[in-house]
Amino acid sequence: MTNNDKTCPACVEKLLSLYFMEHRAKLLDIAAYLDRLDRATGDRIDDCRIPVFDEAIKMLIDGNGDRTKRILDLLSDQTDILPHAAGGAKGAVGAPKQNGGK
Amino acid sequence: MDYIDPHIHMVSRTTDDYIKMAQAGCVAVTEPAFWAGFDRSSPKGFYDYYCQLTDTEPARASQFGIKHFSWICINPKEADDPVFAREVIALIPEFLKKSNVLGIGEIGLNKNTKNELIILEEQIALAAKFEQLILVHTPHLEDKRKGTRLIMDAIKRNGNIDPSRVLIDHVEEHTVGDVLDRGYWAGMTLYPDSKVTPQRAADIIECYGDERIWVNSAGDWGCSDPLAVPKCRMEMARRGHTDSLIKKISYDNPKTFLTQSERFIL
Repeated sequence: MTNNDKTCPACVEKLLSLYFMEHRAKLLDIAAYLDRLDRATGDRIDDCRIPVFDEAIKMLIDGNGDRTKRILDLLSDQTDILPHAAGGAKGAVGAPKQNGGK
Repeated sequence: MDYIDPHIHMVSRTTDDYIKMAQAGCVAVTEPAFWAGFDRSSPKGFYDYYCQLTDTEPARASQFGIKHFSWICINPKEADDPVFAREVIALIPEFLKKSNVLGIGEIGLNKNTKNELIILEEQIALAAKFEQLILVHTPHLEDKRKGTRLIMDAIKRNGNIDPSRVLIDHVEEHTVGDVLDRGYWAGMTLYPDSKVTPQRAADIIECYGDERIWVNSAGDWGCSDPLAVPKCRMEMARRGHTDSLIKKISYDNPKTFLTQSERFIL
């Protein structure tokens, strides 16, 4: 179904012109976020969002394609568990507690 | 260039938004029934909401030349109590008779619970009984992948639903391929922080093609943008995509799916 072979009509030079500054800013936002976590007060905590974020960053530079899909899979609940009821829960946190980011 | 926003919650938007959307080329919207940010305390609250969707909003939209259609259901966030949900479902057939109602939606799952799944199956059966189109909400973030598969399995189990009459909304890169491969329509929701950005929506079109897929803003009371569809069109144009492709995604495809209901007349 998927086709990743030269399907974007813009050339590399044009894509750099269009997007480099935008993503440079996003890259610096991630760096600043990680620095902020380092500077946080209080004890370190065991939270599923922290290790899975580190795993996702490694995927960005592992040299393989389909980065977005692979990161979304990493950030997904991959269990078959169906709770009976939500107990009033409505939202999601963005990372699976069950997978532990692995 | 005209466009359709096939998923937007105008009850949560201002009249200024209608004006800006009309100025940007919006000619029609379809509005699924959804969660208001709080749980309604009685079925009567839903009855009033369905009246707002089918009477008040179409009148408000028409002031700006925008056609307004709606979808009726109990949304998955309020479907976790089956007894309560069934009282609400009993109200739905009355509204399916309205000339501006296109089908059942947005039904689906939220936290992927057994209770939500029971009510989803009952609303799928309702759609089959009344031969309605279906608009599906898929769960958020970490719950999306599993929930999307559970929903498609539930529709298949019913046995009386043609996948080409179902739009699975809020797809992302990890669900869109599965949705299209199973014969469903796919909706991409353009949100600033979750779901997909206009850039990623354009990427998905480039990688998965332009058949059975649309974009929508799902603008509501949260962080969202009622002008997201024209912004996605601009994103596609600046990459060099053709006017015909941009029109297909933002006008022709929604029209093709929605005109499966004889009530969708522009």
